[in-house]
Amino acid sequence: MFGLDKKDTSLFFLVVVLVALAPFLLNPFPENSELAQFNAGYPDLMQRFLIFGIFAIGFNILFGLTGYLSFGHAAFLGVGSYAGVWMMKLLTMNVIPAIFMSVVFAGLFSLLVGYISLRRSGIYFSILTLAFAQMSFSLAYSVLTPITAGETGLQLALDDPRIIGVSAVDGSIPAANLFGLPMRESFELAMGGWLFTFNAGYYLCAVVMLAAFYVAIRIFRSPFGMMLRAVKSNQQRMNFTGVNSKPYTLAAFVISGMYAGLAGGLMVAMDPLAGAERMQWTASGEVVLMTILGGAGTLIGPVLGAGFIKYFENIFSKINDNVLYEWFSALPDGLADVLVFVIHPFIGKGWHLTLGIMFMLIVIFLPGGIMEGIERLGRLFSRKKKSETPSRAAPAPAE
Amino acid sequence: MTLIRKPLSRRSVLRAGAAGGALLATPTLLTSRAWAQGYLNEPTGSTVTLGFNVPQTGPYADEGADELRAYELAVEHLNGEGDGGMLGTFSSKALKGNGILGKKVEYVTGDTQTKSDAARASAKSMIEKDGAIMITGGSSSGVAVAVQALCQEAGVIFMAGLTHSNDTTGKDKRANGFRHFFNSYMSGAALAPVLKNAYGADRKAYHLTADYNWGYTTEQAVRESTEALGWDTVETVKTPLAATDFSAYITPVLQSDADVLVLNHYGGNMVNSLTNAVQFGLRDKVVNGKNFEIIVPLYSRLMAKGAGANVKGIFGSTNWHWSLQDEGSKAFVRSFGQKYGFPPSQAAHTCYVQALLYADACERAGTFNPCGVVEALEGFEFDGLGNGPTLYRAEDHQCFKDVLVVKGKENPSSEFDLLEIVEVTPVEQVTYAPDHPQFAGGALGSCNSGA
Repeated sequence: MFGLDKKDTSLFFLVVVLVALAPFLLNPFPENSELAQFNAGYPDLMQRFLIFGIFAIGFNILFGLTGYLSFGHAAFLGVGSYAGVWMMKLLTMNVIPAIFMSVVFAGLFSLLVGYISLRRSGIYFSILTLAFAQMSFSLAYSVLTPITAGETGLQLALDDPRIIGVSAVDGSIPAANLFGLPMRESFELAMGGWLFTFNAGYYLCAVVMLAAFYVAIRIFRSPFGMMLRAVKSNQQRMNFTGVNSKPYTLAAFVISGMYAGLAGGLMVAMDPLAGAERMQWTASGEVVLMTILGGAGTLIGPVLGAGFIKYFENIFSKINDNVLYEWFSALPDGLADVLVFVIHPFIGKGWHLTLGIMFMLIVIFLPGGIMEGIERLGRLFSRKKKSETPSRAAPAPAE
Repeated sequence: MTLIRKPLSRRSVLRAGAAGGALLATPTLLTSRAWAQGYLNEPTGSTVTLGFNVPQTGPYADEGADELRAYELAVEHLNGEGDGGMLGTFSSKALKGNGILGKKVEYVTGDTQTKSDAARASAKSMIEKDGAIMITGGSSSGVAVAVQALCQEAGVIFMAGLTHSNDTTGKDKRANGFRHFFNSYMSGAALAPVLKNAYGADRKAYHLTADYNWGYTTEQAVRESTEALGWDTVETVKTPLAATDFSAYITPVLQSDADVLVLNHYGGNMVNSLTNAVQFGLRDKVVNGKNFEIIVPLYSRLMAKGAGANVKGIFGSTNWHWSLQDEGSKAFVRSFGQKYGFPPSQAAHTCYVQALLYADACERAGTFNPCGVVEALEGFEFDGLGNGPTLYRAEDHQCFKDVLVVKGKENPSSEFDLLEIVEVTPVEQVTYAPDHPQFAGGALGSCNSGA
């Protein structure tokens, strides 16, 4: 269906169902239970899952297919964000122009960066992109302060022109909206002890993310995608056979830059602010982690990786000692103290540590990322015995 | 019909499951926030949740940790535990130590990472997931401004923590945001007369400025107030925020004919640049027949600790210092010291005070509704919180109070006793018009209760 084969269609529908039902799936614990701390079904985090999912999908088009490891993708996300906020300042609070211009500007910027960086490959390419991203960050942080508002971050003001919208509604900045539907609008459904939130912004992200995912599947399965894979397996040999690989890698670079811009635009649509930290190298590194964690070169892996990292960042960083003591309140005092002492380094400000350990474990034991884990589980429970496995082995280079 | 018969058969389990599922699927309450509640996150139970959003990682983690300590202390005092701290000295007696409006105070914490994005994500999760009615904290102006704007959009109150940039209550002010901490302008205005007395009216200043928003406003404030005294500004140089070695910036100072170096740096930046400057022998130099001097406009105890002996004799300004001898400060230092074993920093003080001011405003307004709280805080005059008589100005939601000019102590008696108060600059001297050029642009707008 839709030009997808049977397997891809079912994967796509699985993703549609997961995304549509995420408000239920991510809130498995009743509102008042101790475990509610682990619920992730609130609009901001759900939006982040999808937005960083888009970012990682786009990154994976470049890294997963061509093997070019860009260490500067956050710059495109940042450029997209700034373009989006400027659209909201100048034109209207409707999110469509903001998202559209984010993609355009990120695309243009990635064309420039890609054109220069792709002259080199391997580590040199990574360093070039990293340099560009850090340069963009530094510019945005200081020299370009009139455009980017520097450290403060670019935000909306009451006296922005908003030519085809309104500057202010009863003394407040109007909310970001989609043809009048505010992105912040939520509908809450209480069932028993559970509370589920359905947020307009989340579902906009969902639609965009599904479209982005669909396009990614089509790219993966297209002759163009095959060329990109050829670049990954041996670019030199491709060049020797007379194929110019540069247009393909550049196209892949720009497409993944546009995905990053789209993510930046959506971030702005959900929360109208653009900060320079979005372009910092840590942000670029994060998307690399997401992709590797989820499984580089797989379709859905990067989205899972993005969700995994964002979950740790937002949920684990908010657990503090008080919460721990509440959990262990049933235990004797001494024991609770010991447990809190042991767990303390891994929660709150220690969430980086937890994430780092998880990352190491996954990379060491599941080099293919979360997707490999899922595959292994699938094989464990599958009824077909190992007859199929040999055919799945990676094609060895015909050296 | 009984749903479950023993022994359990497959059929009865299925039937029970189906019945249970049907029960769960019946929506017991269907709400859209807009009409179900008068305002966003209205506390309906016996508790009220506050969100403490402080840097727990990154360059200002020390300040963040101290802020969190202060908040925990404030919650204790609000709930009537501990010795009550400043509740006893606060001029408003609305708080009774039984929580806020009879509801027990609970809190959630988050990590801003000193990044606008992370801070907003953390604040959003507090508002959306934990139902926080007020967000407070932060140790950087960028974060404060970003979270303030978020709280305005969402419809909760923001009580700024440590933020010194003029913009927080200048061009980026918001109706739902309030700042107790002082600002760059006040630093400049308070320092200038003291500098004139100490170093004379004929000086040539060289500025090194951290290359970001707070650096710019501080440089502007100090430059304008010292130039008004008759000082010359020889040069202003911007230094990257991430710089750790400032020797390349100090060498040109030696070659210029400047006789004062102003370090518009904060935190680790200041520690490094001051150390470099002292190592280069700037303080032993004599230029134009005068001793070379160094000034640090915004001081904190944590910075003084980092710079060690280098801070001796160096002037700066601060919002509050634990050695103040008024009743409020003494009460606060006593209860903070009893709980944690060392005196609080100015970041801790401003956060503690902000939490109390918010709680008090709710009590006086009789509601948690942000618009009621805004009304109660605007133009509120109070005393007994460590800074003398203070006004929360209605026009820009900035507190106006005395500013301390401090100096690095020559003979510190402990690792906390690093600064001595040189002068308490009276509030009249640091007051400015709401439309002062350094604060121009921006508007408060109207309060948003999220309804």
